[in-house]
Amino acid sequence: MAEIILRDIEKNFGSAYVIRKLNLTIKDREFVVLLGPSGCGKTTTLRAIAGLEEIDTGDILIDGKPVQNLEAGDRDIAFVFQLFALYPHLTAYENIAFPLRATNESKADVDRKVRDVARSLQIEHLLDKRPSSLAGGDMQRVAIGRALVRRPKAMLMDEPMGALDAKLREEMRTELKRLHLENEATTVYVTHDQVEAMSMADRIAIMNEGILQQVGTPDEVYHDPANLFVAQFVGSPVMNILQASVQPDGDFARVSFDLADVGFTYPAALLSQVQAGGDGLTLGIRPEGVELRREAAPGFAAAQVQLIEPLGAFDIVDLKLGPNTLRARTKSGFAGKIGDALWLRLDPAQTHFFNARTGESLHVRLAHGAN
Amino acid sequence: MAQIEFQSVTKKFGTNRALDDLTLSVGDGEFFVLLGPTGAGKTTALRLIAGLDMPDTGAIHIAGDDVHDLTAAERDVALVFQYYSLYPRYTVRQNLEFPLKSKIHSFSQAEIDDRVNQAAKTLRITHLMDRKTDRLSGGEMQRVSIGRAIVREPRAFLMDEPLSNLDAKLREALRAELKELQIRLKATFVFVTHDQVEAMSMGDKVGVLNNGKLVQVGTPWEIYNRPRDLFVASFVGSPSMNLLPGVVSGDECSLFGAAQVLKLPAATGAAKLTIGIRAEDVAVVPDGPVQAVIHDVENHGVEKIVTLRVGDQLLKATVPSQMQTSVDAAVAFRIDPDKAHFFDPATGQNLIF
Repeated sequence: MAEIILRDIEKNFGSAYVIRKLNLTIKDREFVVLLGPSGCGKTTTLRAIAGLEEIDTGDILIDGKPVQNLEAGDRDIAFVFQLFALYPHLTAYENIAFPLRATNESKADVDRKVRDVARSLQIEHLLDKRPSSLAGGDMQRVAIGRALVRRPKAMLMDEPMGALDAKLREEMRTELKRLHLENEATTVYVTHDQVEAMSMADRIAIMNEGILQQVGTPDEVYHDPANLFVAQFVGSPVMNILQASVQPDGDFARVSFDLADVGFTYPAALLSQVQAGGDGLTLGIRPEGVELRREAAPGFAAAQVQLIEPLGAFDIVDLKLGPNTLRARTKSGFAGKIGDALWLRLDPAQTHFFNARTGESLHVRLAHGAN
Repeated sequence: MAQIEFQSVTKKFGTNRALDDLTLSVGDGEFFVLLGPTGAGKTTALRLIAGLDMPDTGAIHIAGDDVHDLTAAERDVALVFQYYSLYPRYTVRQNLEFPLKSKIHSFSQAEIDDRVNQAAKTLRITHLMDRKTDRLSGGEMQRVSIGRAIVREPRAFLMDEPLSNLDAKLREALRAELKELQIRLKATFVFVTHDQVEAMSMGDKVGVLNNGKLVQVGTPWEIYNRPRDLFVASFVGSPSMNLLPGVVSGDECSLFGAAQVLKLPAATGAAKLTIGIRAEDVAVVPDGPVQAVIHDVENHGVEKIVTLRVGDQLLKATVPSQMQTSVDAAVAFRIDPDKAHFFDPATGQNLIF
């Protein structure tokens, strides 16, 4: 059991904020990912939970008890770093057993625990090896084994896959999540990789410049980002962003772009939802929200293929729409070749609107069809 | 014109064959990607073209000429590295001018200005010209390094993982920029990377290297849809292609007991095969012939990737993001028979080759 509560956490270096008024509750057995670019405060937050970093103000509670004044070793929390931090002169077995040696457990108990953990990590055959003869992925498995063997209430991981290559990261993602389901330890995981965050987290906490931007399930942060920062940090390729304006147009609303002589028809319901109070509007649409046709159709605007990135399962196509470039995701081979004309419109149900000045989402919700 | 050719090139470092009998032709104006894991020999290949290393045997031709006796400077190719090698105390303009001020050229200041301004415009760094390079962001620095290559108007651009130090968003943006630049310059690019997404998205052609050997050369479509062997099949594509054991009987191959039976594309003497199927070609459907349990669900926003468990076998399937999926739920699936690949497990070779 371990619920972790961060209440009004602040930390500064000199006059610079590292973490600012952070409030976050991590529920028992939850897998929460702290996501953000380098320097956003995510690692500092993790280290504060672990007791490796002091905070200036605020409370950290584990199971309701303040822990600021507890030493790292007394918090019953395990920490896994990006770099494996194994003892090079000890075998994998001894590395995993190490945290148990300080306790008074019997040899048989230690052996059973080490082998249990090794089995769930599928490294039983490597227990006699020293770290120097292990591959990167196996080293990280041993490091995770060492963290798990104490059955900690909570696991904190700081970019544990940062040093692994792409293929291995993919495998380890699934392994780590299964492990989490089996061990039921509350997990806080730090990464700058939005794919890892999306694919592993129960909830994602996105940070930027020391400030928590949004906390939500992967679906929430992807489909309903709180602001432009979240909208552009989560998802690949990046969400398309355009300066837009909205006017009534008969029974519909018309969305047009400042720089291009094009516009799209939207449901009239949009009009009442986008009162930005003179701050201007920013429209966001993910590449999969750009609908394409090979022939002209009502409501679709002509665009020109500028670049095609074939990714195998699908293509990413850059389209020139007036002076703007829009990225679309298409079936592989759909776009033909560079210079070809295609017709596009934006799916109203997948269009996001933001206040252009503050970047805050207006949380517009529209039905799919407009025409 | 800058066609680049490797003719039976071998390069050893001690007993390690960094490149083993490499024969390869890069067409003039082609964006050619050398793709492979660490240690595959791709950087060695690039250094041999640049003249920074010499082959042990074999020859390298640039624009039809054997370049064996040419120094690196005389080869007239430009190298861009992963780490931006800029002069930190110089401004962007001074960094761009530098390669043109060498004694072996005799450019007038007007010519230099012209080339530098043109390169700056191409790379959209004109507003940074007076800034010292240590005040630039990573993406800006990498643009300046590329600019230093452009001003020379070399016969070919050699790029060694130029995007790998940049963060994901910037990499995505620069990927498109580099590709557009190459199209505009109509220049020959040899681009080295371990990132299959970069290879697929930018390459006109991709050469896949493993252990110093060229495994396959083809368009991105070819290496994705017709992988020559198990290495290419599993290295290219994300998530990795599912590899499953199949049992041959006659001209058919059965999977998961005999829950699904696939027709073989070519005859084989092997009794067992490795079947390759990509996640997007596994359909999770109620009437699928194979029963499975959901082992894991990854939300990727635009879609979900579910790991399915059949007995003790795992395989991945791409499903729409709206599909309800929960771990340990029972589902059924079907492998698209037209999209399956068949490999001889002994040799790793795809049966269709």
